[in-house]
Amino acid sequence: MFETLSDKLGGIFQSLRGRGKISEANVRDAMREIRTALLEADVNVQVARKFCDDCLEKALGLEVINTLRPEQVIVKVVHDELVALMGPIETRIPFVSQPPTVILMAGLQGSGKTTTCAKLARYCMQMGKKPLLVAADLKRPAAIDQLEVLGRQLDLPVHAERDHQNPVKVCRNAVRGSRKLDRDVVILDTAGRLAIDEDMMKEVSQIANATSPHQIYLVLDAMTGQDAVNTAQAFDERLELDGAILTKFDSDTRGGAALSVKAVTGKPIKFIGVGEKLDAIEEFHPDRIAGRILGMGDVVSLVEKAQETFDAEQVAKTQAKMAKGTMGLDDFLSQLEQLRKMGSMKSILKMIPGVGSALKDIDMPEEELNRFKGMIQSMTPRERQNPEILEASRRRRIARGSGCEPQEVSGLVKQFTQMRGMMKQMAGLGMGGRLKMTQQMARMGMTDGNIPRAKKGSTKYNPRRDDKKKRRRRRR
Amino acid sequence: MGLFDALRRGLKKTHDKIMSGLSAVLPVGRRIDEVLLDELTDAMLAGDIGPRAVLGLVDEVREAWKAGQIKEAQEILPFLKQRIATTWSEKARALHFADMPPTVILVAGINGSGKTTSVAKLAYYLRQQGRSVLLGACDTFRAAAIEQLVIWSERVGVDIVKHQPNSDPAAVAFDACDAALARKMDVLLIDTAGRLHTQEHLMRELNKIQRVVQKRIPDAPHEVLLVLDATIGQNAINQAKIFSQSAEVSGLFLAKLDGSAKGGIVVGIRDELDIPVKFVGLGETIEAIEPFDPDLFVDALFEV
Repeated sequence: MFETLSDKLGGIFQSLRGRGKISEANVRDAMREIRTALLEADVNVQVARKFCDDCLEKALGLEVINTLRPEQVIVKVVHDELVALMGPIETRIPFVSQPPTVILMAGLQGSGKTTTCAKLARYCMQMGKKPLLVAADLKRPAAIDQLEVLGRQLDLPVHAERDHQNPVKVCRNAVRGSRKLDRDVVILDTAGRLAIDEDMMKEVSQIANATSPHQIYLVLDAMTGQDAVNTAQAFDERLELDGAILTKFDSDTRGGAALSVKAVTGKPIKFIGVGEKLDAIEEFHPDRIAGRILGMGDVVSLVEKAQETFDAEQVAKTQAKMAKGTMGLDDFLSQLEQLRKMGSMKSILKMIPGVGSALKDIDMPEEELNRFKGMIQSMTPRERQNPEILEASRRRRIARGSGCEPQEVSGLVKQFTQMRGMMKQMAGLGMGGRLKMTQQMARMGMTDGNIPRAKKGSTKYNPRRDDKKKRRRRRR
Repeated sequence: MGLFDALRRGLKKTHDKIMSGLSAVLPVGRRIDEVLLDELTDAMLAGDIGPRAVLGLVDEVREAWKAGQIKEAQEILPFLKQRIATTWSEKARALHFADMPPTVILVAGINGSGKTTSVAKLAYYLRQQGRSVLLGACDTFRAAAIEQLVIWSERVGVDIVKHQPNSDPAAVAFDACDAALARKMDVLLIDTAGRLHTQEHLMRELNKIQRVVQKRIPDAPHEVLLVLDATIGQNAINQAKIFSQSAEVSGLFLAKLDGSAKGGIVVGIRDELDIPVKFVGLGETIEAIEPFDPDLFVDALFEV
């Protein structure tokens, strides 16, 4: 479906199998692929070059452990470097003890400042703060209206002076008046400006001088290309940024701008914007973005989203049944329902870059799910538990009951028994085997292959695991 | 002419970026070799042209060099210029007008790309040509988007069809078509809400707008312009691809080219999807619009 970096690297290292040591030429080839991956993700050329040189040093002379494949070793080195460079996670907003905490938001036109201001205000409210939004964008038509609408949605006051032409004064007045309004955080929404627009850049530093903000954030579109470096640098020189907020991360951009910004300014990426709704703001997780930049998918987010929606208890029960091979159609149905609960499958698969577009023409079989549901619900409890007993007459009855053809019932039963067999097999494999199987799935492109591997012959005694087993046994 | 200067100034930035690389890489008399081609690759990558397109272009340079067509560094620029500029034919770049007015132009793009401003600029540009223009405010979603377009319509001096916020954008489009027909307008410009190409329901909404317009005026929309922010990186190719699937994108509006950004991605889009650039935006005022001139673009991209 999509060629992952690991696949490409796999080709380079194919000749290397079994030799145990990574040669310099191999690593250089691999680094070229990695550099292309970074460039495709919009990491700045200079940054990518420097980054790859650093990684090269680290990767050279690495021993290839027997169980690991060289491309995995390289990807891991690169991945870890990326995480280290973009990290650490730093999303705390340092509120001052003498309110108000003044936050200045700046950025290019269309980067998403106004929406991000509202999102940040909402975030502050959740921390128990009372923010004030300040409409300091006097340039774009109706920018004040936009902020006021957002303020109403959040039930927050918005400081606006419509007859004023001077955003410096507006901001100063807002900060001065904030205490009277019983506000402890002031968020300044400034106009969008180009980094090369001398007058406008002067204006924003005047605003900063007049209000002495405690935090200054650059709002940057996550889809920005090579220019991210120039913008970040220019704003940092003028304003001494405290951090950046990358917006529109809900697109399928690979977000190399994050690396560029961090690399040139050294300032943390505070948050990412992930949607148009005002709660669509998230902490920046370097490990997830690292995977995305490398084109390996944001699997962690995917798993988390799945976890959020899955009913853990239900899952545990089903898993136990799977292991014993006693899973019935009822359990199957509840699994399908869980799947549906996760929302459109696509929105989840979309987190894997490249997949979003590939999925465009494939519609998730919502209709098929409904038919399955109909058929299963037309069965008696005994039939659901033992689909083997469904002979022709029962199948006809079920088909009539659910408005399908008898063949479709047969099809469902056949699929189900196959699946059950596979699950039982998997459950019976034990820890090592299961990992192996998951790795196989990973190679098929399902996950990023970043799964902990079992070491051969080192089955460590784990008292906690045994305890769990005991407890489970007792419960039964 | 002021605008020409603006374009040059805007492009100069692009050009400076590439040139600072290119001029250093391509001094007169230097022989072409693999090291030079490597340096050339880097310099072009810095312009957002994109790794795939750059590798393709560099391969062409390499072939020409191996075939003996070019030997020295200073021959590379003319070669590239000719190669890139000729991919945009004049016919492809021209705005397509309907045989029977109104001509319907649908303007789409992701959030913050500059759609509404670009619509205002187009309205101004078409008014300058003496055509009557009507605006359709189909961004009913973003807070104050309608107000923003209303203000622009007053500044340009054109009429606007609008509904309440959060109403169905397709319904606005339908009414706008009706109004354009009834008032015998030359051009109907439809501003749509910003949508990320990954949001499938919004892409379907765009498709619906197009279908509704088509229902009212059979051969419309005559143009679907995708607005791209010049700062955008490689994701623009995906955007263009997916927007094209929902609405037949007939051209690009490259906005915000007056910044330090390069807009080189249009080369990649042209190579992969065959979508021409039709206009460029060069500032925040309504006059800051120019029909796309590939010679100028490439000139400024590669030369002083």
